[in-house]
Amino acid sequence: MVLNCKHVWKEISNYIDGTVPQELRDSIEQHLANCRHCAAVLDSTRNILYLVADERTFTLPIGYSERLHARLQREMNGDTAGACPH
Amino acid sequence: MPEMRSATAPTDHRPDERDRSLIDRILGGERELFHELVRPYEKGVYFAAYSILQNQQDAEDVAQETVLKALKNLHTFRAESKFSTWLISIALNEARGRLRHSRVIQFDSVDAARDEDNDEFTPAVISDWREVPLEALERKELRQMLQQAIDGLPAMYREVLVLRDVQDFSIAETATALGVTDGVVKTRLLRARLMLQKVLAPKLNAGRSGVLGIFKRRAGGSWF
Repeated sequence: MVLNCKHVWKEISNYIDGTVPQELRDSIEQHLANCRHCAAVLDSTRNILYLVADERTFTLPIGYSERLHARLQREMNGDTAGACPH
Repeated sequence: MPEMRSATAPTDHRPDERDRSLIDRILGGERELFHELVRPYEKGVYFAAYSILQNQQDAEDVAQETVLKALKNLHTFRAESKFSTWLISIALNEARGRLRHSRVIQFDSVDAARDEDNDEFTPAVISDWREVPLEALERKELRQMLQQAIDGLPAMYREVLVLRDVQDFSIAETATALGVTDGVVKTRLLRARLMLQKVLAPKLNAGRSGVLGIFKRRAGGSWF
């Protein structure tokens, strides 16, 4: 199967996730080996996703966890009816 | 580059067993254990809410409401879904509810729906790419650039990207949390990822060449 660039772009997300069938994967890789633009699109997309996934990219507000559990504790203290209504 | 990720559910089921065991004990009366149950997911709850609300205070309020609601309704949780997915879906619903009360709903807009039907998508076509290493994230400018790019995505794409790529949910877990099919998740994910690439790849390439002064490599080899 011969793919053009648009076909490759359409499958690039599934390719990154490893969910394309083997035959299609082979065709994509054949295209990537001969198209530096699509190879750069794939590499940049994948690289950006690794950056996005890093825990340094998104951080919680300072004190978030403490406030969350304090609120939860207040709720528990104020409601002693038991966990299960039955 | 790390190995290609898997789109299937994680193979490690220990968190599920841990959650099931904790839930049984909480429902049996050990309510204090609820702190322990939600702790691994509290970050995910916040970011799920933030992906919709894009406001720190609102996201934190919703995160608190989410865990309180989960505590109250824990007896309705069914083991066929994962606790984390259930919790995140509560957060998403709470966040949408809050948005509905505060301003025009963006994630269900006609434009977004039309946009999804249109299968035209074009990345930034670049001629080469040199990897931006994770250590470059020490730079605040880079983190802000990434955050702004995600904030700029239409909500329906931002939600999917945050669940799948930031929180590492599987396709199926993302679909369950959002109440959509796997196919819808894949379509939105493709668009979200390419939109992000389209915005960021040219900037990152420019930054690396020194235009933004972000990724200049020092003589010693560090990226600061």
